[in-house]
Amino acid sequence: MPLVEVSHLVKHFARDHGLFRSGTIVKAVDDVSFSIETGETFGLVGESGSGKTTTGRCVLRLVEPTSGSVRFRDEDVLGFSKSRMREARRHMQIVFQDPYSSLNPRMRARQIVEEPLIIHGLGDRTARAERVRQLFGLVGLDAAHLNRFPHEFSGGQRQRIGLARALALNPSFLVLDEPVSALDVSVQAQVVNLLMDLQQQLMLTYLFIAHDLRLVEHICSRVAVMYLGKIVEMGPTSSLFAAPQHPYTRALLSAIPIPDPDVPPRRIQLDPANIDRNAALREISAGHFAAV
Amino acid sequence: MAEQDVLLTVERLTTVFDLPSGTVPAVDDISFEVRHGETLGLVGESGSGKSVTAFSIMRLVQPPGRVRSGHIRFRGRDLLELSEREMCEVRGADISLIFQEPMTALNPVFTIGDQLREALLVHRNATRREATARAIELLEAVRIPGAASRIGDYPHQLSGGMRQRVIIAMAIACRPALVIADEPTTALDVTIQAEILALLREMKTAFNLSLLLITHDLGVIAETADHVAVMYAGRIVEYGPVREVFREPKHPYTRGLLASLPTGKPGKRLNAIEGTVPILGALPPGCAFNPRCPDRFGPCTAAPPDDYDVGAGRTAKCYLHDPRAASTESRATSREPRVPSSEPRAPTNAPR
Repeated sequence: MPLVEVSHLVKHFARDHGLFRSGTIVKAVDDVSFSIETGETFGLVGESGSGKTTTGRCVLRLVEPTSGSVRFRDEDVLGFSKSRMREARRHMQIVFQDPYSSLNPRMRARQIVEEPLIIHGLGDRTARAERVRQLFGLVGLDAAHLNRFPHEFSGGQRQRIGLARALALNPSFLVLDEPVSALDVSVQAQVVNLLMDLQQQLMLTYLFIAHDLRLVEHICSRVAVMYLGKIVEMGPTSSLFAAPQHPYTRALLSAIPIPDPDVPPRRIQLDPANIDRNAALREISAGHFAAV
Repeated sequence: MAEQDVLLTVERLTTVFDLPSGTVPAVDDISFEVRHGETLGLVGESGSGKSVTAFSIMRLVQPPGRVRSGHIRFRGRDLLELSEREMCEVRGADISLIFQEPMTALNPVFTIGDQLREALLVHRNATRREATARAIELLEAVRIPGAASRIGDYPHQLSGGMRQRVIIAMAIACRPALVIADEPTTALDVTIQAEILALLREMKTAFNLSLLLITHDLGVIAETADHVAVMYAGRIVEYGPVREVFREPKHPYTRGLLASLPTGKPGKRLNAIEGTVPILGALPPGCAFNPRCPDRFGPCTAAPPDDYDVGAGRTAKCYLHDPRAASTESRATSREPRVPSSEPRAPTNAPR
């Protein structure tokens, strides 16, 4: 049984009437289905506007989906009451992209990491302080910096604080929304290693949202490619990267600059006319689906 | 390399910021050349000084920043000695700058036609009609479909990729000899980035440009640049032809950066560079990279290393390549983790 099962997820945003414009509907997520097995890292890739972030947020109900279903441990998340949802959030957390805007600048690092424990009424003051200390160690932060404010940390350290906060409640599932894309190249690898270590150590399941395909290839076991709100291809990472089937996936993979001057770029141009927007996903090979 | 092949020479440039906490060098004694028709890639992480270098060349550094010393020679003139009026003629006409953010680099209240014409009217004494005709040509050159009808569009009507094309059109409007592109594709999606890089290469050939390409992306450097200068904490730590530098990096920082990229071996731990980029103003003594360096030894913490010649027109700011250091050869090729340096391995009298 998969840990997370998303089926026919739809999220429409209504654009208001403007002075010279009638209201329109943006189909940010347009009938998306996938499932994530316990312990795996499932990658969701696509370019800006493809709906990958909205999908991640719908899974946690940070954004209310328009329709569809999200099941977590075989329970219908979208049917949860408010209090039941709060309880469920202990098990499903998110790490945001921007470590600069996702931490409250007026709170000390210690308070940021402690806040979820307070909200969920876990432990007394001493127990919480102990837990915060432990979380600092877990993500590789120096306990001597507990009382610092976010601006006193580097980008990589801030992302570690965000991770400690997400891990405070001992979740089993994390949505990682572009967790390293705002970081310096030399620091990205450290955070990626930390994410992989924590996954093993704490048996975490990740939904990894990213646009960096090299990174996705490195850490995801399966990957789904989103284009204009739909999943156009999905499958085991190795098979999808070795033999991309959908024209968009091919264009996307060919566009990655390769850090080797001896490999000349071989770009595949995307011709939107070649894309059948109504094609349904069909299985190409074991577990590898494409909308072609 | 003959003197006339060199278009731009930056010589011992130091740009500092006067902060309440003291004066910090954002660019610290850097020298490099851009030759006619070449693309020089300037690669580094945030705070390494690559954008400040671009702004220094354009003389656009704003207080509290200032160019403290050095020379920037362009076609025989030292740009740092020009009057502001003379410099205005250089900007756009001889050297132009492409900014990172296609969303903010254009003025939202003027049409793209207005903004393209402005450069032509200022630098070329063109009439309005001529300027319009030329603006359309430029938009066609950067492959904006239906150029003649888009000229009245406002920036918000264009996608990010199209805006960056307009900015490139503006940059080449007055046929400059040198274009400085500061992270021209960072804000763009990867498929759009590929198109913009292809366009830059095409414009470079078509207009016989030299390009100073600033980026943090080693992949972009690999496919676009001829030479690369790697910056760290305000200094150029390694310089050379792209192929050689990527094939066999000589500075431990370059080596670390290339090794940390996720290529091959899915699921394996990445070879991260430990530690963080130092804060300007609180640089460690000696080589700024030494606290993170797996090859650190005796002299590294004493004084900043000089540029050492590492062959084939390459330099590296690293004591591993100091001919006076003992057993340089074996150390330079060794990729073993650092041996605790209780016993100094090399003479302690650092150059300089």
